Amino acid sequence: MKPFTTLTAPAAPLPIANLDTDQIIPKQFLATVERTGLAKGLFYDLRFDEEGREKPDCPLNQSAFADAQILIAGANFGCGSSREHAPWALADFGIRALIAPSFADIFYNNCFNNGLLPIVLPQGAVDELMAEAKGANHVFVVDLAKQIVSAPSGKTFNFDIDPGRKRKLLEGLDDIGLSLKREEDIARFEDLRRIGAAWRR
Amino acid sequence: MPGKTLYDKIWDSHLVATESDGTSLLYIDLHLIHEVTSPQAFAGLRAAGRAVRRPDLMLAVADHNTPTLKQDAGIAAVADGEARLQLETLDRNVAEAGVEYFPMGDVRNGIVHVVGPEQGRTQPGMTIVCGDSHTSTHGAFGALAFGIGTSEVEHVMATQTLRARKAKNMRVRFEGAPARGVYAKDYVLAMIGAIGMGGGTGHVIEYDGPAIRALSMEARMTVCNMSIEAGARAGLIAPDENTFRYLMGRAGAPKGGAWQEALLYWKTLHADPDCVWDAEHTIDVSSLAPQVTWGTNPGQVCGVDETIPSPDEYEEAIQRDTARRALAYMGLESGQKLEGLKIDRVFIGSCTNARIEDLRVVAEIVKGARVAAGVRALVVPGSGLVRAQAEEEELDRIFIDAGFEWREPGCSMCLGMNPDIAAPGERVASTSNRNFEGRQGRGARTHLMSPASAAAAALAGAITDVRGMQ
Ligand code: SF4
Repeated sequence: MKPFTTLTAPAAPLPIANLDTDQIIPKQFLATVERTGLAKGLFYDLRFDEEGREKPDCPLNQSAFADAQILIAGANFGCGSSREHAPWALADFGIRALIAPSFADIFYNNCFNNGLLPIVLPQGAVDELMAEAKGANHVFVVDLAKQIVSAPSGKTFNFDIDPGRKRKLLEGLDDIGLSLKREEDIARFEDLRRIGAAWRR
Repeated sequence: MPGKTLYDKIWDSHLVATESDGTSLLYIDLHLIHEVTSPQAFAGLRAAGRAVRRPDLMLAVADHNTPTLKQDAGIAAVADGEARLQLETLDRNVAEAGVEYFPMGDVRNGIVHVVGPEQGRTQPGMTIVCGDSHTSTHGAFGALAFGIGTSEVEHVMATQTLRARKAKNMRVRFEGAPARGVYAKDYVLAMIGAIGMGGGTGHVIEYDGPAIRALSMEARMTVCNMSIEAGARAGLIAPDENTFRYLMGRAGAPKGGAWQEALLYWKTLHADPDCVWDAEHTIDVSSLAPQVTWGTNPGQVCGVDETIPSPDEYEEAIQRDTARRALAYMGLESGQKLEGLKIDRVFIGSCTNARIEDLRVVAEIVKGARVAAGVRALVVPGSGLVRAQAEEEELDRIFIDAGFEWREPGCSMCLGMNPDIAAPGERVASTSNRNFEGRQGRGARTHLMSPASAAAAALAGAITDVRGMQ
């Protein structure tokens, strides 16, 4: 996985709460056996009208945000299904960090397995960042090591992140590789729990 | 030390190791898979030269994008090319890995969360995962069950463990006895309405109280199924005699001495009286009316006899915005009555409400009556076995005579990945679990409700108070 250290990039504002995974990537794009190529379906109903034409009022269609790698959104982002197609689509579109007042659990977790950094900031801070993203200069800096988001105005916001998850992103670690190092523990656990428990497989 | 909750007990008994950073390695007892969220996981394993560690602890079904007509024709006859590719890929992957699999057309096939319990594979005290958020359904048996992403599916395949962090403990007590016409679906919709769609975030909810104890296993599954709609990681109900009676004799359940041994263990699976809850809520079901959602998330719900609230009633600006957006999408106005609202379609199905008891309730209401003119109504059983049972009881005749389409099992209109979708602007009375924008088709307007309420809506051609019909 590509490590995440610092990111200097435009941020796109999407001031909507409860953006669920059905909106992030509608079901017609789920019938794939690949992890890539999903960018075309990202926020499909927000970005395109019934005839498949771009909606000009959607920030993601505006040239100012064409290179956005950061998304600033409303609370409870990513609620709904467990589909990892949501972070895959975001990543495929070029998004590397998300800023919102809160994220749904499964989505939040899925982000870290795809090199995406979800940043939780208080509503007030998100509102300020959202306002700045709508301004002429909307290049933000995200420094994961220092846990700081810097807005174009120079104003900075500290964010919290669990140290394990931080390390995973910073070093681009593969969870499976790490867990397989525990093979002995896993095998021992399996042996122990079968004792006196004939019903277990 | 205070006592443990049921969640604490299951968590502790599955802890393989804890890393220095606090991440735990949790052992997984049952891993359910389906065609949509597993192909990338199998591909990932293959690319890394890794094997499936315990195929015997897995079970595979094809359910999300299977057609609900002519399943006998097999995968080759599935019209959608990409869906066909996913189904073929699942076929190949499970054969290679040696995973037990009920393919489309097998009488044991069906929606993954209907099949697991039906086969007795879902058991108390287990950890169960699946790449599907409604895995919380299995919590009805006192199993810690939750949805995971595809990277985690791959992780579980490779290691039979999951990297996880402990959630908080929430208890929701359901008290009182319901009025006629009020069901488990109404309980859980009312709860989500009360605590909000993010109200359970970061928590595992344990449901308890006399109203829960009085529910059948199937109804308990309906409650646990929708835990995720309140944002909870999982929902749990401590096992009791109902649970054991349901499981006894099922294909995957322990037999003979092993059953006795299991039973002794299962009886220890309840919260200690002195445990500590991080959050607690109580819902009195005796005052509940049948619940119907008016918005685009399951928390936007009210009694069928109430009027749609005004967005201004919400305290927070975001909630007001969300409600306004929802009303615009749904083509509704605050102050409007839900009752009498014309509907175009009815969907009886999904892992929330497509088990035999649900179908019996619907049959009882529609027997000898006719679906209203202009309404297209579908009954999609949760599994081949549910379908067979319904046919044995001749419920299919009742549905067909009333003008319902009687389909083959699958997720169908719950997410509309197969051909069963609603047209833009169509209003759907649905027994599924999500009313998100576009969930049942672009522009489709979903009203979630119980099977009884959906049956009543089908006959009236409009949202109706089922209490007046029974
Ligand atoms: S019925 Fe709906 S919620 Fe249930 S597993 Fe299928 S798609 Fe998911």
